[in-house]
Parts: sequence; structure tokens; C-alpha cells
Amino acid sequence: MRKRTKQILALGVAAAMAFSMAACGSKTADTSDSGAKTDTEKKDDSSSTEEGKVLNIRVWNDEFMTRVVEQYPGYEKTSDTEGKIGDVTVKWSVEPNDDNNYQNKLDAALKAQDSAAADDKVDIFLVEADYALKYVNADANVAMKLSDLGISSSDLSSQYKYTQQVVSDENGDLRGSTWQICPAGLIYNRAIAKEVIGSDDPADVQAAVKDWDSYYALGKKMKEAGYLVQATPYDTYRVYSNNVSNPWVTDGKVTVDPSIKDWAEKAKAEVDDGECSQDTLWGTNEWNAGFYPATDTANIGKGVFCYFGPAWFFNFSMKGDDEKSIAAQGGWGFTAGPQGHFWGGTWICAAVGSDNPTLDADLIKTMTADKDVMTKIATTYSEAVNNSDVIKELAGSDSGNMKILGGQNPYAEFDAAASKINLSSLGIYDQGCNEEFQNAMKEYFAGNKSYDEALDIFGTAIHEKYPSVELAK
Amino acid sequence: MSERKQKTGGIKVRRAICYIVLILISAFCLFWFYILFINATRSNDELGRGFTLVPSTHLVENFNNVFHSSIPVVRGMINSLIVATLTAVLSVYFSTMTAYAIHAYRFKGRKAIFTFILAIMMIPSQVTALGFINLMRDMHLTNSFIPLIIPSIAAPVTFFFMKQYMDSNLPGSLLEAARMDGAGEFMTFNRICLPLMGPAISVQLIFTFVSSWNNYFMPALILDDANKRTLPIQIAMFRSADWLKFDMGQVYAMIAFAIFPVIIVYLILSKNIVGGVTAGGVKE
Amino acid sequence: MKKSSKVTRFNVWGYIFLIPFFVVFFIFQMIPLVKTIYYSFFERYEDGLIVVGPRFVGLENYATLFSNGDLPKYFANTMIMWVLGFVPQIIVSLLLAAWFSNPSLRLKGQRFFKTVIYLPNLIMASAFAMLFFAMFSDSGPINAMLMQMGILSTPYKYFTHTLSTRLIVALMNFLMWFGNTTILLLSGMLGISTDLFEAAEIDGATGTQIFFKITMPLLKPIFVYVLITSLIGGLQMFDVPQILTNGEGFPDRTSMTLIMYLNKHLFSKNYGMAGALSVILLIITGILSFAVFRMTAKDEVD
Repeated sequence: MRKRTKQILALGVAAAMAFSMAACGSKTADTSDSGAKTDTEKKDDSSSTEEGKVLNIRVWNDEFMTRVVEQYPGYEKTSDTEGKIGDVTVKWSVEPNDDNNYQNKLDAALKAQDSAAADDKVDIFLVEADYALKYVNADANVAMKLSDLGISSSDLSSQYKYTQQVVSDENGDLRGSTWQICPAGLIYNRAIAKEVIGSDDPADVQAAVKDWDSYYALGKKMKEAGYLVQATPYDTYRVYSNNVSNPWVTDGKVTVDPSIKDWAEKAKAEVDDGECSQDTLWGTNEWNAGFYPATDTANIGKGVFCYFGPAWFFNFSMKGDDEKSIAAQGGWGFTAGPQGHFWGGTWICAAVGSDNPTLDADLIKTMTADKDVMTKIATTYSEAVNNSDVIKELAGSDSGNMKILGGQNPYAEFDAAASKINLSSLGIYDQGCNEEFQNAMKEYFAGNKSYDEALDIFGTAIHEKYPSVELAK
Repeated sequence: MSERKQKTGGIKVRRAICYIVLILISAFCLFWFYILFINATRSNDELGRGFTLVPSTHLVENFNNVFHSSIPVVRGMINSLIVATLTAVLSVYFSTMTAYAIHAYRFKGRKAIFTFILAIMMIPSQVTALGFINLMRDMHLTNSFIPLIIPSIAAPVTFFFMKQYMDSNLPGSLLEAARMDGAGEFMTFNRICLPLMGPAISVQLIFTFVSSWNNYFMPALILDDANKRTLPIQIAMFRSADWLKFDMGQVYAMIAFAIFPVIIVYLILSKNIVGGVTAGGVKE
Repeated sequence: MKKSSKVTRFNVWGYIFLIPFFVVFFIFQMIPLVKTIYYSFFERYEDGLIVVGPRFVGLENYATLFSNGDLPKYFANTMIMWVLGFVPQIIVSLLLAAWFSNPSLRLKGQRFFKTVIYLPNLIMASAFAMLFFAMFSDSGPINAMLMQMGILSTPYKYFTHTLSTRLIVALMNFLMWFGNTTILLLSGMLGISTDLFEAAEIDGATGTQIFFKITMPLLKPIFVYVLITSLIGGLQMFDVPQILTNGEGFPDRTSMTLIMYLNKHLFSKNYGMAGALSVILLIITGILSFAVFRMTAKDEVD
């Protein structure tokens, strides 16, 4: 929950398992290698101009790092957190995301950008959808316009619209770009679906979860059959929070959207009825236990029916590398679920004041607009990339089949979902609001507090975190 | 006769009770470190399968994972060593010097100064943290070890300990004699006073080192750069970085990495440390 | 010491030797302290990347701190967790110190026991807290052990209950400090003249009587010293609950201490509130320090 963009590293892990499916992708990989060489040559020219010798990149996990290390042409790894591109040293600064930590540290660095020595200046930083607006704001002017970097909109024409909404400033100028899309859906346990719904076909399962009423009705049926419909109350949070009608904060007042309130009430009912546990996402117990065939100690009855997540979730969270997991046996299925949503996504911004603008531009362009590199990323990490051409190709080819999903090809679903996402209600306080709201509801679910009391806890926390906003009474 | 026998019998029973309680308490103290050791040797998979008292075989693997995670722990340990060593040396040297000033000389305002130093002894560093960070930012000293090391020169606690020790171990007549021989004042301090303070110095070196080594609050607010961080900050990062919870073996190995070197050093020096708590009066 | 003019001339070195201390003190403690107090009268925080203020608001920050009820709550949390740890700490320490110092018991292996009980004091509090977090987590070794022994059938969620979370914090504080307290009390007890005990024994006093009538009254100064330094240490409680609860002070902030609260404001760069909170902490510790000072400094200088 709080840590949405956990797409996180996994990828060491994912890479291992992706090898199994990347076999078919090797052909495309070859082509991208030759494309890569031209890129390297181009870069060698540019490095002769007067630019910095150190490229500082700020990240909160090693997801992007893994991709650059393994896919960016000419990158040479020298240590776990350093590398070389040509004669430029790349320094990765990894800062945990939790509790606004990454942002706080980044803010401090950006504020010191003017006075920092050339080698210490931030060159590239990553942002998430939850707070991207803070950095792509035209007044703040900390992320460079892509047009200033020499990247035109035609370079990015195959990207999905929502990924550009996230990093557009008030004037509509793009100030960042991403290589991935994270349209999410309902990931269900095929064996349980067969037993309770009578089929594990995505279309049949979708019919049983087509809206929230059907979903909660299924929850009751699951309980009767001895299963949990979802592992924790927080599993559905993101689905609701992506479908809000208003931003969290307007004019310094925090308001809880009806959709969010609805989540709290529905989730509480599920907890009280024993349809899900009280564990948290990324928890070590129940939430985790659902990825394995049920055992007596796990406290999840006979198993967990579904999780909500995007493509990275398959690899990173569902323990595909552990042969005992359901994922390793291909026991999951994927369908759209009650409402559309997305989860995560990492955007790349070039910092204003960077002393390596040419390299910044090339890195952004190569990683987010180069079709060959993106195809390679898609096949190597089984990731949904931000390029509709690549996604459509994968949807129609066997290389899009996922072992974890029992051979199902989810790319058509991804394409449809990503095209539908509309992010008009984003705000700069979203990460803190989403984290603290769920933290506060812990007490409500546990039965220690009423909804209103839990809301007060949220109010206190949010005002501490953002002194400029207050919970509307 | 029989009464005396009864009395020694009673003593024996009491002694037995004492030993049992002491052993239980010691076991309680060591229990956590034992589990830590065991769990650091087990893989995530084994850890998920319940608890056992027998070590497993994944110690090296877990440590390997720690060393190759995105948090540079070896760097963290080196940073911690640099900060703690310099802090200990500077703090002890200058605190001894300050104590020497009060102990060996009679000057105007001496009493008032002594009282003042004692009065500021209890100001918690957290209270001045806000202004401190601010000042360090203005002085461009964030991400530097200087704000963590230099302030320890003014350490009232160490000063107090040294002063206490001097009162009982550094007679004025000795200094007088050195002066008669024509030694300079600075020389007298370095050549006469410091050697005589040996035991107190070694005790305070250890205490200052340990408290600097363990310090979390201030370094966390001063150090941003991943390569400048000290071990306690990295521990906190392990705590909040969820993705690492997927490998508990690695988490235990990280804790062991931070804890066991101190335990080993402690066991070697334990005589000095335990004796030193009270050597110069009261510690704190 | 003789007050000859020759010696007096040397005494100017007293000032010279004090220079490093006072220069460092002035720069790194005095200026920050003044700055902190100064900020406590201002509104100054950050909104996104934009700095709001500083704007002079008088005592408004203090008023907010007292009116929103957070301060008393976190003060109470801090004190409750301190008491939960301190009471067993002082009892166990007194008992052990009495045993160690009792000549008729002649306990062997004292060095070993002292070494062991002092050990937790040297452990990095953050690592220790991380260890306890892992130990008491839902699927951690403590639950696993209790379940294997058949005491629990499902894992107990220690960190969702106020009492168990506070007890874990208290347990850690106890473990880290009782060895230190034992050794301090022991030195106090060993300092009591054995004549007194012998005389009492001849008068036919029992062990218990000796303890309460002779040992305790003579031990009072050191006892009070331990109490107050521990109290001040307790007010500064931070590392353990911060790491254990990841800064959240869960459940429902019932394990959030004053310094954790201060840390939250420092972290969100709300200088006004952080300043006011610091000043209040300074006043509380000031009062307590004064008490310690009265006791320890009385006869120090000549």
C-alpha cells in the first residue's frame, strides 16, 4: 500500500525467471544490439563537449538501475552503486521511498543544486505519479522541459497518454518520461476460481467480479468455501483511490473522496466478516502466505483468491522464483476486475542545473523511446512498456504469454487498461495522504477506533507531514 | 554448633538461589544474541518454517547478500569507524585538557566556569538539533563528518569524569615539581598529566567511541549522501525498506554485522569497561 | 596549593586550556540553541518545494502544541514506557548489587555475570530495535517458538496492541540499562564501611533489616542520581521506539515519544513547531538537571 511503486528491484529475481521466457525474445534483442552501437558512437561525440564528468542519479530502489546497467548501450558497471558511460562516472544514490524520505532528501539536494559542485549536482531523478506534480511544476522549475533537452513529442508518440499526463506541467509542457506502464487488474488463483466459480477462464472470472457488488458477493461465497477473497483490507485500496472524483487537497483542505470512504467501509465489513485478514500489504504473514499453497499456520483458511496488481507484481511480489509458490506453478490468472486502476510507474526527470544535459537526454530517449531497447525490456523483465506498438506486438505473439499466469497473454488487457486511465485528480500531496489514510484505518479495522476517530488520526498525521494542509471538518 | 550449621546451610541455599537467578538473567541477556546468530545463518525459506536452536548453513550467503544490496554497508562501517574513532580521540583529549584547566590552575571565575560546565551537562543534543542542522547547512557542512566529530570536543560528561579522576589521582605537588624543572605548561599537560590519566582515558575512549558508534539521531539529520552514511542510519533504512523484508535472512545478517564486532571488542576489553563505569565516580 | 606569585603567573594557562572547549561549545551548542529558540517564535515550513515564512507569530507555536493535545499525550507515552522499564530495572539492579556486595554470600564468577549483564548497554540501539522488530514480528521467532510449544495457536500481533508494544520498548530499555545501574549501585554499596554492617550484625540485625535500615539510606544519593539521569535519558527516548515502529509510534501513536514527535517536525522542516517543542523539552530537562546538579556538584570544587 504505502509503498506503491514496489516494482522495485525484483528484477534481479525477475531477470532470472524471465530468461525462461526471453528465449523467444532473443531475436529482437540482437537487433537492438546493433541499434545500440550507433547510440554509443553518437554518445562518444557528445562527451567531447564540455560536460560534467559525474552523472548523479537519484532513485529509491534498483529497478531503473538494473535496466540501465543491463540495457543501456555502453554502460559499464564498476560497483553496486557506480558505473561508467564513456568517461562519465555514473553515481546512483538510493534513498528509501517510505514516509516521504526520498522526496525530503531529493528536495534538499535540489535546493542546493545551484551552489553544489559540478560533480555533486543532481542530473537525473526519478519520481512517482503520487508526487510527480510537485517536481514538474512550472514555477518550481526543477525538472527540465523535454523540449529543452531536444526530445520532441514525435519521439514519444507511441507512449500512453496517461504516462504523459503525470509529468506535464500547468502549461502542458512535458518534463519527464517513463519506460513502463502499470495498468493493473485482478490476479486470481486459478484453482480456487475453478472450485468456487466453476471456471478459471478470464472471461468467466471477470463476470463474477465485474463490479463491486459482484465482488463482495463473491467474497461471501469464498468465505463459505473456506477461502479469503483477498488477503488484507488494503488490497483493494488502490482500485478505489484511482477512481476518485476529486483531488485529495483543494485550497489547503484535505477531503476524503466518497470513493475512499466507501473503501474504508467495505473493507471494514470484510474484516468483521472474516473475508480478509488484518495484515498489511507487504506484510510478512497473511499477505505473503497467499502466494503459496495454504498451510495450517498461515491463518488464511484454505487460501487467498485474488490480489490486485500490475505486471511487475507478478514477478516481484508473487515469489515466482520460489519453486514452491503458486506463481512458479503457473497458478494465477489475470482479468480486469471491478474497476480499472494502475499501480506504480517510475518517471525519469532531468534536473534543472544538470551539468550533463546531453547524456541526460540520451538516457531518457534511449530508455523510454527507443523501440528496440523497450522491446528488450519487455521481454527480459516481462514488463509492460510504455510503447503501444511493442505492447500490441506482444499481445499478438506467444512471447507475451506468461508462465506465471499459466500461459495466459495479458498484454491485450494491459493495452486496453492503459489507454483508459485518466489522471485528472492527481495532486502533490497524494503519497502522504494515501499512506497516512491507510495507516490511520488500521485502528478502525482492528476495532480500536470508530471511523471518525481514525479520521482524526489521519488529520493529525497529515498536518504534521504537510503543515500547509488541514483535514476539512 | 547446630545453630551455626543451620546458618551455613541457609547461606548455601541462598547462594544456590543467587546462582540460579544470575544464570537465568544472564541467559535472558544472551538469548537475543543467540537467536540473532542462529537466524543470521538461516535462509529466508528456513526462517519461514519456524524456529530452531541449531544454526544452519546460509551465513556466508546472507552476508554476501548484505554486502551486495543497494545499501553500501561496508562503506557504512568504515564511516562509522572514522567518525567514532576521531570523536573518541578528540573528545577525550580536549576533555582532559578542560578538566586539567580546572584542576591544576587557580584563576578568577574558575568555580563559576566549573558550575557552568556541569549545568550544561544535561542539555540533550536533540534540543539544539534544529538550530544545529540549520547552522550546519549555512556553513555548508551537511554531508560532512565535521558536525559529528568536532562538537564532541565540548563534552561535559567526559570532562566531569576526568575531573573526578584527577581529584584522586593527580596530586598538585607532581605538577609543581614538573614546573620547577622548567617544563612548559603545555608540555606538562602532555608529558605528565596524560600518562597519569591512562586508565581514565582508556575508559572514556571506549565509552565515547561506543556512544558515537551507536549514535543515530544526529547523523541521520546531517548525512544525506549514500556513501557518507553511518551504520545506524543504514539499519534504519533496512527497517523502512520493505523490499528487504522479503529476505529476513539478510536482515538478520545486517543486524549481526552491526552488533557482533562491538560484542567482540567488548569481550576483549570487558575488564576495563565494567570496572570503568565507576572508576571516576558516576558515569552518564 | 601555595599562592606564590610564580604559580599565579602560570594560572593564565587555565584560561588557555579552556579555549577549545568554549569555542566549540559556543559554535556548536550555543548558537544552535539560540537559533532554535529564535525559530520557535516563527512560522516557517515547506510546502512542496516552496518555503513558507519565516513569519513572526509570537507564542502561537507553543499555543498549538498545548492546545492540540499531542504534547501531553506523547509526554505520557514517554513516561509510561520509561516507568515500565525503570521499575524492574531498579528492582533487579538493587537485588543483584546487594548480592554482589554481600560478603557472606561470596559469589563466584562475578566478573562473568557483570560482563554479561553490561553487554546489552553497548549494543547499537537501532540494531537492537531492528532485532526486536524481527523477533516479535508476526512470523518471527518468538511467535514461532510459542506456537511450537503449543502456547499460541495463531501468531500474536505484538505491534497492534498498545500494551505489548510498550512492553517491548520497556523490555529493551530494561535490558540495555539494568547492568549499568547494577554496577553503579554496587559501587555505592561497596563504598559503605563494612564496620557499619558488622556492628549491626553484632546487634542482631537480620539481612533484610540491614538492607533497609543501613544500606538504603546510605545509598540514597547514588540512588537519586540513577533515578534522575535515567529520567532524563527516558525523556530523550528515541532510537528504540523510532526504529521499532518505523517512526509511526503504532498503534495509534501510543508508542510515540517526545523526541520522535520532534523528529517528525524536523523531518517535514516545520522549524517553528520543532523549535517550540525543543524549548519545552529544554525547560523540562532544565528543571531535572537542576536537581542533579544540586546533588552532584555541591562539593566538587574545593
